Amino acid sequence: MVLVTVEVNGSSYQHEVEPRMLLVQYLRETLGLTGTNIGCDTSSCGACTVLLNGESVKSCTLLAVQADGAAIVTIEGLSGPDGALHPVQEAFHQHHALQCGYCTPGMVMAAVSLLAEEGELDERGVREGLEGNLCRCTGYHNIVRAVLACAGDRAPVGEVGAAGAAAS
Amino acid sequence: MTVGAGTFSGTPVRRVEDPDLLRGAGTFVDNLKIDGMLSLSFVRSPIAHATIRSVDVTAAREMPGVVGVYSAADLELPDAPALMALHPAAIRPSLAKGTVNFVGDPVVAVVAETRAAAMDAAELVEIDYEPLGVVVDMEEALDRGSPAQFESLGGNVVIGLRTGSEDPLAGADVVVRGRFENQRVAVVPMEGSAIVVDPTGTDFDLTVHLSCQMPHVARAGLAKLLGMDQERVRVIAPHVGGAFGAKHLSAEGVVASKLALELGRPVKWVETRSENLVAMAHGRGQVQYVELGLRRDGTFVGMRCRMVGDAGGYGGFGGILVLGQTKLMAQGVYHIPAIAFDVAIVTTNTTPMGAYRGAGRPEAAAFVERIVDMAADELGIDPVELRRKNFIRPDEFPLTTVMGADYDSGDYGAALDEVLRLADYDALRREQDERRRRGDRMQLGIGVSTYVEVTGGGAEFSEVEVHDDGTITVKAGTSAHGQGHATAFSQIAADQFGVPIEQIRYVQSDTALVARGRGTGGSRSVQLGGTAVLQTSKLVVERAKELVAELLETAPEDVVVTGDGRLGVAGVPSKALSWGEVARVAAERGAPLLVQHDTERAGSTYPFGAHVAVVEVDMETGRVVPLRHVAVDDCGVIVNPMLVDGQVHGGLASGISQALWEQFLYDDDGNPITSTLAEYAMPSAAELPSFVTAHTETPSPLNDLGAKGIGESATVGSTPAVQNAVVDALSHLGVRHIDMPCTPERVWRAITAAQAGTLPDPWREPRPEMAGFPREGAAGEELERGAESVNL
Repeated sequence: MVLVTVEVNGSSYQHEVEPRMLLVQYLRETLGLTGTNIGCDTSSCGACTVLLNGESVKSCTLLAVQADGAAIVTIEGLSGPDGALHPVQEAFHQHHALQCGYCTPGMVMAAVSLLAEEGELDERGVREGLEGNLCRCTGYHNIVRAVLACAGDRAPVGEVGAAGAAAS
Repeated sequence: MTVGAGTFSGTPVRRVEDPDLLRGAGTFVDNLKIDGMLSLSFVRSPIAHATIRSVDVTAAREMPGVVGVYSAADLELPDAPALMALHPAAIRPSLAKGTVNFVGDPVVAVVAETRAAAMDAAELVEIDYEPLGVVVDMEEALDRGSPAQFESLGGNVVIGLRTGSEDPLAGADVVVRGRFENQRVAVVPMEGSAIVVDPTGTDFDLTVHLSCQMPHVARAGLAKLLGMDQERVRVIAPHVGGAFGAKHLSAEGVVASKLALELGRPVKWVETRSENLVAMAHGRGQVQYVELGLRRDGTFVGMRCRMVGDAGGYGGFGGILVLGQTKLMAQGVYHIPAIAFDVAIVTTNTTPMGAYRGAGRPEAAAFVERIVDMAADELGIDPVELRRKNFIRPDEFPLTTVMGADYDSGDYGAALDEVLRLADYDALRREQDERRRRGDRMQLGIGVSTYVEVTGGGAEFSEVEVHDDGTITVKAGTSAHGQGHATAFSQIAADQFGVPIEQIRYVQSDTALVARGRGTGGSRSVQLGGTAVLQTSKLVVERAKELVAELLETAPEDVVVTGDGRLGVAGVPSKALSWGEVARVAAERGAPLLVQHDTERAGSTYPFGAHVAVVEVDMETGRVVPLRHVAVDDCGVIVNPMLVDGQVHGGLASGISQALWEQFLYDDDGNPITSTLAEYAMPSAAELPSFVTAHTETPSPLNDLGAKGIGESATVGSTPAVQNAVVDALSHLGVRHIDMPCTPERVWRAITAAQAGTLPDPWREPRPEMAGFPREGAAGEELERGAESVNL
């Protein structure tokens, strides 16, 4: 077992974990943060995307021990302290960018990261920027519209609220 | 025919489902934790066809945390559930017995305290297999000598039948022929199969949390298999991460249930993606031999279809779809006076076949629209004009087709006119001409499809209750898993009660809370569940009006729903009671404002539409890029246009993807070679274009909403439009057909062959076994009825 110290959604945690434990398993099983979903076992689908030190990462590509010392934001930590939806979440709602909702947490986190990283975003940029996240319901049409709407309204997007919403 | 005087129906109300899902508060099965819950993992066959010589679980049983390791011999397991039985001989056990029939066939179940312990122990199970002969190709399976899965069938043909006209091509001036592959695809809901079975509750003997589309159907099936009273079983479908026709009670779910009962502890099984790609039923999988007879002027005379349907291992129920919905919809939107439809349904050593978005209808539209395009090429007629010439006309509805489908309503020309206008078809043709004249490397392909499909049918349940705080609980027996019923059905109810949508609480997907239901599938939900909610709401309003009339001393016909949450007397604004007040009085009198109601059985509805696909083909590499897709889909009267367009978008992605990319492949030994998402070509946002969607609204006369299904239509319409576009891009070279998926390799080979003058004939005769099947008799008719009675 290895000791891991991480900050997740603004709160600090320390746990002894198996060296082989994936970050996504740590988040879901140890911290009880089940908003982050698992959609594949080849790092292809992006359902488990979270922010690690501000950048999107598929949390199944990382061992929990590799996240030692990192600051992580999951979907549960994205909304503001007052519970208001983050602008990207709100845009997904307004543009009907989710149906079954399984890919949604990962898709939203990937979009938050993309918007923070890119100065300018057109449709091509959004589509290629979200290439690592799969969705079977929406055909991506409304996801792209939602992210483009955020790109056109840059001001609030860089902020990532850390509500400290960890469940355990 | 309209929804009522309310203000919600017909408007794009934002979803009430969204906030929980956006915040990461989804209730997907794997998120469920119950004290004492065990984890189940399976050891699956790595071989496509083999005898199981021995199973050694000794080492696995000794692993820490392991509770039990079981093969079929250790448990008295019922057979695997099937929505429809193909043949009495084609039975699948829930764990393999004696033989394995496909890679992924579950052989041993491992139960442990944690998922990691179960998976670790599964690695230590040793199974000795004696390989048997393998058949992967569905046409090779027609050979009586091919390695059989069921001795009593004497081969792999489960059903062989000749139906319809004996001489459909008589009188034709021209016959156009094509052999088309409608390839096997994987369903890939983003959440795979998942189940938690809890035998420890007090109110029920078994509480099952199942990622599925039809909780009541699953309950009935599970109770029957386990020999339990279904009233003692509760099935809950929590948030479900997509289903697309494939999420039902599975063999693994039956094993989980049996083990939970045996061990007296909750058991969870959540499949991995790599398991999902071989274990969850696959879809499509037909080889279609189609001959269309025409007169020289383009009038259709008759069509002869000889079809092979792949049922996969054990005879998966999806094999029946060729004889069900594909046959039913073989006439498409056209007058085709005579049709012969011969069918062979075969088992192969592959993943069992099931339903996938469209379930038999995309396969029909694909071959009809492909052969029509080939005929247009042959006769030198624009594909649009050839379609128009043979359309069933709007004044001919209702109409029974030669295939026996009762088309309810339609205006195929209107949808075609609209899609051509939106796509600017003439301008596209001009651009295509210019690119051809210039000899551009990037050639343009323009594909048209006009389609009709079949949705719904049957009855559905709803319950509506007004509470004394003025809130209204609405229930329906359908079970949404992304479609947005909570929003759409609340819109329907809110309009009847004249209340804000927030005042409605929508309940579904739990057999303990909803008395009965047939779930969601076959695009049935709004037209049946929505209609049930509408009718039930009206019954409640009627009852309330009678009570209010008595209380306010007026006639029931003078009581109106005011629109501000009250019931009042027409023309006397001061005399009104709130819904809460009325509910309170009703309850005091012992007759609460609660109505349970089942709609009468309704016939199926027939949505239709027209699509134009525009693709660019790189003449040097064969790469196809979808540039535009314009879809005009007619699903009758629309309750929520935002949700309808969402369904269209998803359907388009699936359909375009089948035409261009997706295919589940096996090698000759039956080893899957696309069994992870790293290999299976499911598209991302980067591969797809934005879509243009529009609708004509031709009401269905068969339900009070005037609605038809929309969940699968765009898949039906888009696949042939895209495939036609790819062929169209190369038609000036003489290319007449390219099979799906139209991969760069296939397209490049077609271009190269055309340039060398060695294009293959798109036709060859089907295997001789097809001619030897009996003509349709009583048995065949029974099978068809079975196929139509289940909503997939």
